[in-house]
Formats: sequence, structure tokens, C-alpha cells
Amino acid sequence: MAPIELTRFSQIYSLLHSRWPQFILRALILAGFMFTILSGLWGSQVGSHNFATIFVWIAWWSALKLFFIPIGGRTWCSICPLPLLGEWLQNRGILRSRDAQCLHGKSWPRAWRNAWIPVVSFLLVGWFGVIILTSPRTTAFVLLGLFVLATLLGLIYERRAFCRYICPVGGFSGLYTRLAPPAIRVSNTTLCTIHIEKTCYNVCPWGQYPLALKTSGNCGLCMECLRACPYQNISLSLRPWGIELSSPPKMRVDEVFLALVMLTTAGVDAAIFLGPWGALKSATYTVGSPGWWIFATAFLLLVLGIVPAFYALTTWIAQRIRKGGLSPKSSFTYYGPILLPLGLMAWIAFTLAFASTKLSYLLPVLSDPLGWGWNLLGLTNHISTGQTPLLSSALQTLILAGGAMIATKTARELSRSLYESIPCSYSLLHLPG
Amino acid sequence: MKYIPVMVQRLASSRRSVYLIFISAAAIILGIPVPPPAISATERYIRVEASMYRFSPEQIFVSPGERVTIELVATDVKHGLYLDDYGLSLEAEPGQPARETFVATRPGVYRLRCSVPCGNLHPFMLGKLQIGPNLALLRGSLLGAMAIIIALFPRSAPQMSRQKHFPNGTD
Ligand code: SF4
Ligand SMILES: [Cu+2]
Repeated sequence: MAPIELTRFSQIYSLLHSRWPQFILRALILAGFMFTILSGLWGSQVGSHNFATIFVWIAWWSALKLFFIPIGGRTWCSICPLPLLGEWLQNRGILRSRDAQCLHGKSWPRAWRNAWIPVVSFLLVGWFGVIILTSPRTTAFVLLGLFVLATLLGLIYERRAFCRYICPVGGFSGLYTRLAPPAIRVSNTTLCTIHIEKTCYNVCPWGQYPLALKTSGNCGLCMECLRACPYQNISLSLRPWGIELSSPPKMRVDEVFLALVMLTTAGVDAAIFLGPWGALKSATYTVGSPGWWIFATAFLLLVLGIVPAFYALTTWIAQRIRKGGLSPKSSFTYYGPILLPLGLMAWIAFTLAFASTKLSYLLPVLSDPLGWGWNLLGLTNHISTGQTPLLSSALQTLILAGGAMIATKTARELSRSLYESIPCSYSLLHLPG
Repeated sequence: MKYIPVMVQRLASSRRSVYLIFISAAAIILGIPVPPPAISATERYIRVEASMYRFSPEQIFVSPGERVTIELVATDVKHGLYLDDYGLSLEAEPGQPARETFVATRPGVYRLRCSVPCGNLHPFMLGKLQIGPNLALLRGSLLGAMAIIIALFPRSAPQMSRQKHFPNGTD
């Protein structure tokens, strides 16, 4: 299946080229974001009655996991409110792109140009997730903290340093976006080689050069390149889902670790939020108690020890069977792409189970966003206990099975192309034998 | 009629049909009815203690056909108990237990949920009631195994035989 080039349609092209549609969306979301923080700080502190907790952790989270990431890739990043203020300050203006007059921040330290900070932020989410999820005030503080951090980093460092190297959501999207259809590409590559100004690279808030884009992982779909290119040479296409898996770009150790951490967290969160184990729930909720410490240690051990060790061993054995001759470290990264469909499908299944019973909270909270007993829409008392519809359970099973299938297929193809990718080490291994 | 083997071969070789086979097999695994289990017409009494944020016992196992009486005892604040699918619903204040009886006619795994907002973790206050064997888990594992086997099945060879039948690509 060939990719569909969306920008071929002139209406779509001009919609993306104009700054206004994106700006209006961004402004609306920024306003909603501010309201979320305010309602988290001053609204009712009962999680299920506050706009902040319900909208962030049920509505936004489900939209992110079920729509934005699997279908739209990093589309969320193009309208995300967190880096907005920082970016506007950086560009010295709202409807502007990076240019000569913009703030010239420092470049991000080399040592941190990797996924280790998102790995750590994901560990924190694992440790304190239950508190963040259920307490409106904590939710508000987390959002506010991220917003301030993103703004400060926007002032100190160049481009979207926060998005690329710190944001936990960014770490998340950056990995799974590789499976999603949207892709910014260059239409005519020779045109790019003679265009020495490289306007698209200069304006890109993510520091990407469209001509060199092999993966969509770090492209925030902001469309700045499309606006800047004087030759209309940038296109937005929809690729078949998961096509990057057939010739996956190499993953680094930190990226594989992030993928492992996320896969494990999906399982742990499912046990906490969907399982019947009361002791686990109270342990995760009472931060600082002995029970919590046991949970935190066990979680750390699982996430950084047991699961990576198991994965490392399996991948090493897998390449040994094919006589691949990879070192433990290279087999660890070589098979990394398997974790992408596995992790994404696990999160989708978890989110489906999590959200399907909690959707009934959305309308009452719109009707009474601060939990102050308002009744704006007459729906305040409509919270039902909710139940898992049979359809949703069947769907979860199908999605998990689908994930296993795609992962297995990827593993098989990776194993098969072992020889092509490392001809030298392969023959070297066989010399002594 | 001579086209049938050709069609079968094409079916087995094309990518789309692999998904088709997968989906129909999945439907069979997920939907195939199993013979109803032996009914035991015994009485069961189960006392469920509810406290922030757990039911105790956390998991309840009963046999199909049993007449189950659930007594809900709240030990700290007011809690509720709602049994998915059976629609059984109880509310109990501390010191005022509530009880209700139902007949476990439909085997399966059901969730117990607290139905009275009792604190921040209330939406996640869950228990489990299992009637008969856990078929859903069995079906799910079968499906997963099938998915993996299908993915392991090489699909490149039949592509060549397809060329033989349609030398000019006149599909
Ligand atoms: S490559 Fe283009 S769309 Fe992607 S982040 Fe850069 S400017 Fe935005
Ligand atoms: Cu309760």
C-alpha cells in the first residue's frame, strides 16, 4: 500500500499552511489547560468530582492513548499547551516561527540527549501515579510544574528541549509514533540538496531536517517546515500503520529501556487500577508507608531488573539460535522494535478497560466542574457505577492478541535479516569454529 | 468449478486473507458456546467486608447454579457493592449490614464495584466474583497463541505460485 499524500489536496495544504487553525486550537486548549489547573487547585478535592482529575486522567488520557498516538502520532504535540508559552517567548511572538530575531538559547547538553530523563519521569509516574491520578491538587501541581519547567527551558535552551528530552508524554509519543500513519517528508530530494539555506531545518522547533527524516519519532507535526519551505516541497502523508517496523531505524539502549519501562508500567497499572488486590491499592496510595516502600522497591526491581534481564536473555538466545553473532548489548537494541507494538497495544487495552467504566464521570463533571454543587447541564447526579461491557473485554483481548501478532512478525523479520545487517561479525564468529 | 483451487490458493497467499482468517478464527475462539456446566443447586452464604478501598474476600469463587446470598458489611464508612451483569446492588453503613440473594446462572468472571463514593480511590475499589471456570482467560490465551502462530507462518512462498496462475498479472 502506497502512502496517501494529504498535502496533494490544496484545501488541506492551505489549512496546514495557515497559522490560524492551529493557533485557534492551541488557544482553546491553553485556556482549557489553565482552567484545569485552577479547578484542581480550588475545586473540590474529591477526585471523581473535579474537572481536573476526570478530564486529564480519563478524557485526555484516553484520547491520547486511543486516538492521538496510535492514529495521529505526535499530533498532540502540535497543539500541546505545555511548551506554548516558552515557544512564544523564544520566537518573540505568537504567530511567528524561529527566525534570526528569535532568542538564541544554548544547545541541550550532549550527555542528556537521550531518553533517560523520560525513563526516570516514568518511574516517578509509577511510584506516585495513584496519588497524581486521584488528587485534583496534585494533578494541578504536576501540570503547573511541567508548564513552568517547559517555559524556563524554552528561555534557556534552544528549540523544544523540554519536549524532546524531558516530557514523559513526549517520551511516550516519541516511541509509539513510529507506528502511526502521519509522516512529514520531502517531495523532491534533489531540490533540497541545492537549497543551501535549509529554511525548514532552521525553523523546526524540534531540530529535525525533513530531508533526513527516517522515523517520525521526533517530528512534532507542527508544520513549520511546510510553511517555511519556499518551494512547497514538504508533504504530509499517511503511511500504512506500522510500516516503520518493516525497516526499523536502530534503537538506542535508552530508547529500548524506555519501551521496556512503559510496557511494564502498563501491566503494573492494570494490576493496581483494575485488579481486585486491595493491599496493592492502599500501598500505592499511602506514599511513605512501609507498604508503599515495599511497592516502590518491587516496582523498581521489576522495571529496571527483572523485565530488562528477561528481555535481554530472550533476545540474546533468539539471535544465538539464528547464529547471529550479536553481543548481548547489540541484541538488546536490535530487537527493540518488537516492544513498540507490544507496548502500544498493552496501553490501548489498559486504557479501554480503564476508561470504559469511568466515562460516566465525564458529563457530571462538566455539569459541576469544581465539585461545588453546581448543576450547569442538569447532569450532576448522573454518575453510574459503570460496568465492563462485554464488547470492551472482547476488544481488549483482540487488541492484545493483535499486538502479540505484530510483535512476533517483527521478531521473525528481524531474525531473518540478521545476516544482512551484520555480515562481518557473522563470518568472524564462524572462523574459529 | 476449476477456479476453486486457484481461489483457495490466492486466499492463502494474500495478506488480506490472512487477516480474514485471523478475524474469523478469533470470532470462533471468542464466541464459541461451551456446554452449560453441571448445575449445583446449593445455598451459599458469603460475608463481604468493605473498607476503604477493598472488599474482603477480594476474590469470590462460586459454582454455577448456586443460590448465593451476599452480606455486605461496611467496616469504616458507607460502601456499596454492585455486581456487574447481575445488577445486584447493595449499600451498607457501618453497623448496618445489607444482604441480597441471587442465583449464579451465568458462568463467567464479574467485577464487584463499590457504588457509594467513599474516598479518592473509590473509582478503583473493585472485587472479583468468578462463577465456574475462567473461560475468558482461556479464550484470550488461545487467541494470543493463535496470533503468534499465524505471525510465525511464513508467507513468502505462496506468492510465487500466484505468479504461475496469472502470468500477466491479470487478476
Ligand atoms: S520536521 Fe517539520 S513538522 Fe516535523 S517538527 Fe520539524 S518543522 Fe515540525
Ligand atoms: Cu467504597
